[in-house]
Amino acid sequence: MRLSYPTTIKIIRVPCTGKVDTLHIMRAFEKGADGVYVVGCREGDCHYNSGNFRAKKRVEQAKELLDAIGIGGNRVRMCNLSSSDGPLFVKYAEEMHERICAAGPNPIKLAVKNRSTAEAGSKLAAPS
Amino acid sequence: MIVADKKPIEEIIDTVKDFRNILILGCNECVTVCEAGGKKEVGLLASALRMYFLQQGHEVNIGERTLERQCDHEYLEEIRDSIDHYDAVVSIACGVGVQFTAEKYHSKPVYPGVNTLFMGANEARGVWTERCQGCGQCILAVTGSICPVSRCAKRILNGPCGGSTEGKCEINKDVDCAWQLIIDRLKALGRLEEYEAICPLKDWSSDRAGGPRKVVREDLKL
Amino acid sequence: MNVNTPSKLEKMLAAGNLAVTSECGPPRGSDPEVIVEKAKLLKNHVDAINVTDNQTSMTRMCSLAACIRLKLLGLEPILQMVTRDRNRIAIQSDILGGASFDIHNILCLSGDHQSFGDCSKGQNVHDIDSMQLIQTVRHMRDEGKFLGGDEIKRPPQMFVGAAANPFADPYEIRVPRLAKKVAAGAEFIQTQCIYNLDKFEDWMKKACDRGLHEKVAILAGLTPMKSVGMARYMKNRVPGMDVPDEIVKRLADTPKEKQAEEGINICVEAIERLKDVKGVAGFHIMAIEWEEKVPEIVERAGLFPRPSVN
Repeated sequence: MRLSYPTTIKIIRVPCTGKVDTLHIMRAFEKGADGVYVVGCREGDCHYNSGNFRAKKRVEQAKELLDAIGIGGNRVRMCNLSSSDGPLFVKYAEEMHERICAAGPNPIKLAVKNRSTAEAGSKLAAPS
Repeated sequence: MIVADKKPIEEIIDTVKDFRNILILGCNECVTVCEAGGKKEVGLLASALRMYFLQQGHEVNIGERTLERQCDHEYLEEIRDSIDHYDAVVSIACGVGVQFTAEKYHSKPVYPGVNTLFMGANEARGVWTERCQGCGQCILAVTGSICPVSRCAKRILNGPCGGSTEGKCEINKDVDCAWQLIIDRLKALGRLEEYEAICPLKDWSSDRAGGPRKVVREDLKL
Repeated sequence: MNVNTPSKLEKMLAAGNLAVTSECGPPRGSDPEVIVEKAKLLKNHVDAINVTDNQTSMTRMCSLAACIRLKLLGLEPILQMVTRDRNRIAIQSDILGGASFDIHNILCLSGDHQSFGDCSKGQNVHDIDSMQLIQTVRHMRDEGKFLGGDEIKRPPQMFVGAAANPFADPYEIRVPRLAKKVAAGAEFIQTQCIYNLDKFEDWMKKACDRGLHEKVAILAGLTPMKSVGMARYMKNRVPGMDVPDEIVKRLADTPKEKQAEEGINICVEAIERLKDVKGVAGFHIMAIEWEEKVPEIVERAGLFPRPSVN
């Protein structure tokens, strides 16, 4: 459809959102993602029956954990659409973009950045 | 199986906040089945703790390991060489696993990451309910295979009490009255006349009341 | 006239009279006068007075202490004992304590679950259940032995009672359950309060068909309604209670200031009807916190003065 959506969105394709585990979401944040959203088929339309329902529950689980540790559960979201609905895809992307900009960067991103800089620094310093 | 539920992460954080090398130790049996302490839960807890500590500005090394069981010596031995890399262990096995790990690694702090609740069955996805309290003298043969000790809130052996309403227990509408279940089952088995047999006083000495219990099988000891 | 104990209640029943009992609850404190005042209101109009035992799991002065006080005043107490709060050692011990003051009546109950009361985080005991408690008292009395087998010096002489609820679920085993309690050794029964007279009569008929009325004295329980609000509450919120719509309607159709009076009328009418039901050996009038109305009910039902027995 050649619609454009914010460049801040990085897409990871999965055969069904049921494949997405809570741990994948958590690891994304560990590695510095500012937000994660899971886009699945409309409820009732899942090709594999209940994959999108499982994904929804896992997103909720991640939300709870992220709230408890102070990252912020509003950084994850579950969305549903039909695969041909380009405009809705764009809408979700824009909404997520707005939401994450408002939430600010992932609190640990700075810590991760500092850590990898320090590691790179120590690798340079150590004899090979 | 033994059913446990995850402890709130705030509680776990409070227990281990001063350590800098923590091993999250899972178990591949009961707690995996009730999705409280298996390999996945180890990963989730470790990830959450890492992110928590990073935010606090601490560099914390969080190890992840899931043993087949934590209630057998041979599996706990598998971490003999690696455990000294850690200052503390959070075991998300049941209470048995936490204790057995602590006994084996005497000078290593071992903390629980789940609340162990009961012996029960998986009734539906995400729902586990109690079936057995290990009284040590199983009477299921006379109660139509439904246990009044674990399923009656008052462990009445000659029930039901006057609070049974529409098949539910007086404590909660969602709890079945064990005696309604027993009567229904005896009826289905054509044994309702057995209802009038008086169940005598129970010997609780084989239950918790008698003290910590032990089973010794001489025929198995080498 | 065959009696097993010096119990005045037992003698009243053995003489073929309709017995009348009532009940009062000990205070949530240590003031003995509260229980004495309530008992005095009932004194001349009943044959024996139940003293409740931490009812609905709200911590109160224990039934045993209150019973002793009543006994010392010359009244006839019925010691209500629940198995929720004490193990078999304490149970036997309390029975002997009561017997040492010549308390001659005991009502054996399981007790409401502690989650209803003020100590919902506490343990419950239920070492034995109400059926086994009946057996225990009979054993102590008739064999003169402790559960452990040793002899009891001066065994308790208690007339043993149990509760029955003709309206609880499952209905099909309500009479078998009565039979079970009789087989365990119950000598008198006090039922849960009755509003559905038809259902009660059906239960009585089934009990009589099995000959249970000859083995145990069944006292029909009654509680006068104070208001339509009370009727609705009991209908909808109390487990094991059967309040027919007609009763609620009758009270709802009565002006508010006359509802209490109408509640008493309903109670008296019930007694009159139940007097003629085969197997009914008496009445247990429970007017908790309304004990002052019991004399009126007893008199209007033609049960006053109480016959004298030796």
